[in-house]
Amino acid sequence: MIEIRNLTRLYAGMPVVDDVSLTVERGQLLVLVGTSGSGKTTLLRMINRLVEPSSGRVLIEGVDTATLPAHLLRRRIGYAIQGHGLFPHRTVAQNIATVPRLLGWPRARIAARVEELLDLFQMDPAAFRDRMPHQLSGGQAQRVGVARALAARPDLLLMDEPFGALDPLIRAKAQADLKDIQRRLGTTLILVTHDMAEAVALGDRIAVMDHGKLLQDDRPARILTDPATPFVADLIGTADRALRLLSLIPVGAIAVPGEAEGAPIAPGATLRDALAECLWSGRSALPVEGGGVVTLDALRAQARHP
Amino acid sequence: MARLQPPAVLFALIGLAGLALPLVQFKPNRIVPGEGVGLLALPQGLAITGAVAVVLIAACAPRWPAALRLAVAAAGLAGVILSLGAAAAHLVPPGNALARVAPASGFWLLLLAFGLMGTDAVNRLKPGLALRWQMLAGALALAAAILVSGALDGVSVMREYASRRDLFGREAQAHLALAFGSLGLALIVGIPAGIAIFQAPRLRGPVLGVLNILQTIPSLALFGIMIPVLGWVAATVPGAARAGVSGIGVFPALVALFLYSLLPVVSNTLAGLSGVPAATRDAAIGLGMTRAQVLAQVLVPLALPVLLAAVRIVLVQNIGLAVIAGLIGGGGFGTFVFQGLNQTAMDLVLLGALPTIALALVAGIALDLLVQGARRVPA
Repeated sequence: MIEIRNLTRLYAGMPVVDDVSLTVERGQLLVLVGTSGSGKTTLLRMINRLVEPSSGRVLIEGVDTATLPAHLLRRRIGYAIQGHGLFPHRTVAQNIATVPRLLGWPRARIAARVEELLDLFQMDPAAFRDRMPHQLSGGQAQRVGVARALAARPDLLLMDEPFGALDPLIRAKAQADLKDIQRRLGTTLILVTHDMAEAVALGDRIAVMDHGKLLQDDRPARILTDPATPFVADLIGTADRALRLLSLIPVGAIAVPGEAEGAPIAPGATLRDALAECLWSGRSALPVEGGGVVTLDALRAQARHP
Repeated sequence: MARLQPPAVLFALIGLAGLALPLVQFKPNRIVPGEGVGLLALPQGLAITGAVAVVLIAACAPRWPAALRLAVAAAGLAGVILSLGAAAAHLVPPGNALARVAPASGFWLLLLAFGLMGTDAVNRLKPGLALRWQMLAGALALAAAILVSGALDGVSVMREYASRRDLFGREAQAHLALAFGSLGLALIVGIPAGIAIFQAPRLRGPVLGVLNILQTIPSLALFGIMIPVLGWVAATVPGAARAGVSGIGVFPALVALFLYSLLPVVSNTLAGLSGVPAATRDAAIGLGMTRAQVLAQVLVPLALPVLLAAVRIVLVQNIGLAVIAGLIGGGGFGTFVFQGLNQTAMDLVLLGALPTIALALVAGIALDLLVQGARRVPA
């Protein structure tokens, strides 16, 4: 559990992060959202003390991070950034092995961990182990960056705009993969982005920041349906909030017994997918794989402002 | 004309001018000005002149592959140097120890023509790194073979060498010690200084400012200033003289070369470190490296090509500047240059100048190849 207590950072007397308190439960995925200059990156960097707080405290599992040497603290916290920051003079395997080597793991254990991570990120170890970063595509480099952050099995992973340099198609896949891996490993993850769509797609919780202040901290559905301030409402945008809301709920959750014509839809697909399919095929109900139907009326009811 | 190779035409014009001018100067003794002797006046002179002219003109044709040009250039260079030796052997009567045969304008122009042709051919060939090293080694082996063979022993410069064999060896060592010693000192002081001003940006202005001013002092003036200053230090500071400090000799020469080397080393260290992407540094710190680890494992390896470029600049610069040390008793090839100037013996000047040029050339090429090798590792 991460507890952020009254964290403040001043630059030239001006607060960049202003008295922010937050708690992240073990295994949760928290997304920090805000425009540039909102203080979200500074807040993230105070957790692994790349920026020292002016006042306030960060507790990880009850231990005040200020009591540990900064570099030892950082070796226990995964860190991945936009543009991946891979070391250009080291191979993929050496990059991933960075923290285990700093921690003095034995050679064989490091090699096995590198294999395991490359497998986890669907990169063939034989083909990628000895490549240099400049021989990777943007998506591959990003995955190696995350693999490097996870190498020493940190309980907490910090990510700063990790998908910022990827094109939209690869980005959607990378987001889905990250969420999947985070679920499987049970890692607590705090991720910074300026993209509300990304926040809604990934977050168990979303914390919205502006001018150094925490405006709202809640589940994505609540942020969409009940924005705390006009700024949060602006950030969500009014144009497609109904569709975003639908994208949060799986078909299986609102399926009812019944029969319908045509191709079935997977229970794990979102209501947004189901709505698109209804409109595209001109049906008012879709059969769900494994039994039941989802109706257009039910979709409408879910999308309406409560 | 459009079908001809413009560079080859230039080389041919230089070479033809070289053929028209005297190849060597014949002097009754080493001090008096001599008379020019052309290639035509030598045995088989007409045949050689004709062959060289035909090759130079033929090389203007566009179809010649670069490898053939390179072979012709190498053969041309060897041929020009060997004909210098042959001319000396032919012109000096046996038993005459006073007469001198020195290279003249024709020789230098022919050397230039084939040298340019060779350089141009190498650039067109774009050989790999390994092949370049082999070509450098081959050229050095060829030059050594010609010198050892005795084919040039009659040439004036080699006559000067023959009467100073031991001295030449000592001065060569002194020259290399000055050039490499000052480079070593500059690296020992300059790299930490570069790292320091990289980490403390406030110091950058003052440090680089002082080094810039040092760099602008003319070399002769710097030596001049150091004679009284270091002389005073040697005379007043206890133990300084015993430690080697003195106003003239090796010490001030080493100090001057060291001071000139600092700016390139410090500023390239700074540039190399600053060139490392911010994201890479951020990741290194964020993953839990200590400051020393970030420096040793990430910053310095990535700055290495720029650092090697500084080593190249400094070494070539110092090999040249070390000549001035001869003026204040610091030794090195400059000793011959200044002795020769005093005696108006141009051959003796060449005995100092030619090895200096050769050293600088070889050091420059070798370090260029090293820099390229280092750059290939990171992207």
